[in-house]
Amino acid sequence: MKKYDAIIIGAGHNGLTNAAYLAKSGLDVLILEKNDYIGGAAVTREMHDGWFYSSCSYVCSMMRQAIHRDLNLTKHGLVLVPYLGTVVFADNGDTMTSYHSEEAEYNQLRQRSPHDADAMFRFQTDLGRYAQLIRKTLLRTPPDPTSFRPRDIKELLWLAKQFWSLGEKELYEYIRFFTMSAADFLDDYFEDDLIKAAMASPGVIGTALGVYSPGSAYILLHHVMGDVDGNIGAWGLARGGMGAISNALAGALREHGGEIRTSSGVDKILVKNGKATGVVLENGDELYSEIVVSNMDAKRTFTKCMDKNDLPPGIYEKAKNFKIRGSSGKVNIALSGLPKFHNVADNRYINRGGQGFVGSMETMERAYDCWKHGQWSDDPFIESVIPSAWDPTVAPPGKHWMSNFIQYCPPQLADGPWTPEKRDAFGQTVINKIERYSPGFKDLIVHMEVRTPHEIEAEIGLTEGNIFQGELTIDQLLFNRPFPGYAQYRMPIKNMYMCGSSTHPGGGVSSACGANAAREILIDLKRPNTVPEDDFYDE
Amino acid sequence: MMNSETELNDSFAGERLKKSYFHPRQSVLNLRDAWSSWNGYKFADYYYDAEYEYFCIRNSCATYDICPMQKYIISGADAEAMLDRMVTRDITKLKTDRVTYVCWCTDEGRLIDDGTIFKLGDEKFLLTCGSPSLAWLKKSSFGFDQLLIQDASDTIAALSFQGPTTCEVLKKMGLDGIENLKPFCVAHFSFSGSTDTPLMISRTGFTGDLGYELWIDPDLALPLWDALYAAGEDYGIQPYGEAATNMARLEAGFIMPGMEFNEALKTIHYQYDQTPFELSLDWLVDFKKAHFNGKRALLDLKNMGSEYTLAKLDIEGNKPAEESFLYADKACTKEVGYVTSAMWSPVVKANIALAMVKTKALENSLWVEIYYSKELRHHSKVVKCVVKNKPFWAPERAKSTPPKPF
Repeated sequence: MKKYDAIIIGAGHNGLTNAAYLAKSGLDVLILEKNDYIGGAAVTREMHDGWFYSSCSYVCSMMRQAIHRDLNLTKHGLVLVPYLGTVVFADNGDTMTSYHSEEAEYNQLRQRSPHDADAMFRFQTDLGRYAQLIRKTLLRTPPDPTSFRPRDIKELLWLAKQFWSLGEKELYEYIRFFTMSAADFLDDYFEDDLIKAAMASPGVIGTALGVYSPGSAYILLHHVMGDVDGNIGAWGLARGGMGAISNALAGALREHGGEIRTSSGVDKILVKNGKATGVVLENGDELYSEIVVSNMDAKRTFTKCMDKNDLPPGIYEKAKNFKIRGSSGKVNIALSGLPKFHNVADNRYINRGGQGFVGSMETMERAYDCWKHGQWSDDPFIESVIPSAWDPTVAPPGKHWMSNFIQYCPPQLADGPWTPEKRDAFGQTVINKIERYSPGFKDLIVHMEVRTPHEIEAEIGLTEGNIFQGELTIDQLLFNRPFPGYAQYRMPIKNMYMCGSSTHPGGGVSSACGANAAREILIDLKRPNTVPEDDFYDE
Repeated sequence: MMNSETELNDSFAGERLKKSYFHPRQSVLNLRDAWSSWNGYKFADYYYDAEYEYFCIRNSCATYDICPMQKYIISGADAEAMLDRMVTRDITKLKTDRVTYVCWCTDEGRLIDDGTIFKLGDEKFLLTCGSPSLAWLKKSSFGFDQLLIQDASDTIAALSFQGPTTCEVLKKMGLDGIENLKPFCVAHFSFSGSTDTPLMISRTGFTGDLGYELWIDPDLALPLWDALYAAGEDYGIQPYGEAATNMARLEAGFIMPGMEFNEALKTIHYQYDQTPFELSLDWLVDFKKAHFNGKRALLDLKNMGSEYTLAKLDIEGNKPAEESFLYADKACTKEVGYVTSAMWSPVVKANIALAMVKTKALENSLWVEIYYSKELRHHSKVVKCVVKNKPFWAPERAKSTPPKPF
């Protein structure tokens, strides 16, 4: 029976990245995917005739440019285009547009609040300071703070140096920042509620926290630290949808001789004498390899795909208690035309941006209250983008597809399990809300796909449909991700690794987790490193 | 009325730039008032955002005003012979309704300009180029009597239309069969259904992507614009200016006057102009054809080999190597060339440049010293360059007929 050098479980973008770098180093690599298509949550599927939805993730800003360049992803079909400003909608019908020009943006903010228009400069600067530090850690393996190995000590010193370079005052602020709520953080800058709500909204996206919950300030940073071609904070669309990223990575993997097998879900990771030796597929087939890399989340990996008896004491419990709460839903809508919104000028550039149905700080918090009680809100926070307004390849000409990300949506309902009827009722709250700001919106709907945590978990395998493969709170970040002592991609079983977003630096389509894991694996196998160093604009 | 009165009383009228035939539409869309100039015309540097416009070229479709480009109609029995003697490429093989890229040189074999020649009939050609060339055309006509040279720069309205969705938009505009037009070919249509209003379309451009150039009578410039923008509305149409053009052409590896070469007739210092060989345009020089201007000198230059060669560079890191020097060593002790154009390529995700490199140094390792600033403080770094033989961006759709779906 054939024995691979490495088997990677899960052909999401991090698994593909990991596999590509292992293959590039000359290893015989097989990547297994349970679905009959690759991509995981970075996927494009034709869900209605001529409409191609990015069913899960829909925009990207963290994709490591160094990896894009190094794996030649452009040659494999990937083109990332930046998208323009966003309009936010307030409960009272007010709107605020973020323009593509700094001057226009300033004028617009000044109309709402001269104070906040000025404060925005300080806010962006402070975020920039925090972001540049975190960005530098993305494509590095977190040090183990309890280890005395020279590499860990060196890396810890590097990390300390980065923190110290902020200056004493900012260092204290930074430490506070990690545990603050988005609301408290924003109160230091802004007066206007809509400005605050607009700025706070990235602080709750994908997370089971509210704008007033400690820890949400960091999530905010996580969403603004990315860049497109050096424009920090900018977001991009992948031409052809998010699946273009996975397809390009798959192209790079194949170029280096890797093998991809779809419709091959893994039932168990095989362990013999404390070493991972391969996998058993759902159909009973056994496949063997020198190492096994899981791109599944930490909870799924250890509680569903491993035998509890194969694990050292404590690991099963750690995995079981890993914070990976489902909190978001997604509604993908095919439209027969471009929707028009109240109080938004018919400006072709603004039409090509996003929409933030934030309401107010209060409305976002109330939506969170519903989530806590196992309900969905009938006034949810929705972050929308109409990628077809920019990307001519994802919908027929003149038609559009709208991606709507909904915060919040509970993984389990208080009144029993999710049913198709409840799912559709949840979807209805979303179109009702959009209709409020865009009369006639419902008439444009040609097709829609509603995805609650239940559908996302069933399809993609993300536990509770958590988009980050685990909450991005400080107890689960850096050397604590996924668990303290296991942040360097090596798992408690020999020859077993993790490469998904449950590892540092966490969620987002960055390819960083997969690449970092590859680098560690290659060190263990004493093979030349194939993973590039990150490139920075602020060197 | 108001307008013309204001203009009549404008004591600065002589200082103001000419307005292109498309100006009424373009000025409305120039949200940033980012104007520069080209051949006396008011010309957009960009309209909304240079990078946005660049991405329209790569992602959807975009228009670029080429009214300010110089256009000459050369007709008569001697037209072909005259042009063939002027340019370095053999144009006697050029068929009607075909276009070819050419350059022309001084007697010393130094590059005067580059441009395109359209063969519109047996005895009728259109020459387009960046800078005014009427005087050189007249000089080059010496000995040819059956010849008429007309400066059509101001009597043809022209619009470049580039990007992956262009073919679809032209189809939607009703130009049947446009999808069968091959690169460097010309097709004739009647605009708005009347034979009195011919619209000429060539599959040409300066972006390295799928694209066309539209040529029409100035009276029809605005109706053409309106028809194109109506058809392109659902295909992401957008005007672009000089900034986006410069990005796209650099990715395609095309040279730009004033960047890669200094026009010979405008060069004061000895040999500060270039030969076609230095610019890697060897393929444009056809020694097999009959006598042409600069042939003897070019033969000598060819045999001697060029001291410098224009090279495409892929540079480490992301800092554009603008105005940088190249070295043979990391310590920067041996200078071997200079960068002529540089940028971060958003689509390729590479730090690219065109550079004049000492031919002998091309085989060895190349280093570039880049200056950049961070919040006002200047920094420099020395990084490695790799010489590339192919254009940085050359999508399949630019060559295929019919173009691959966008």
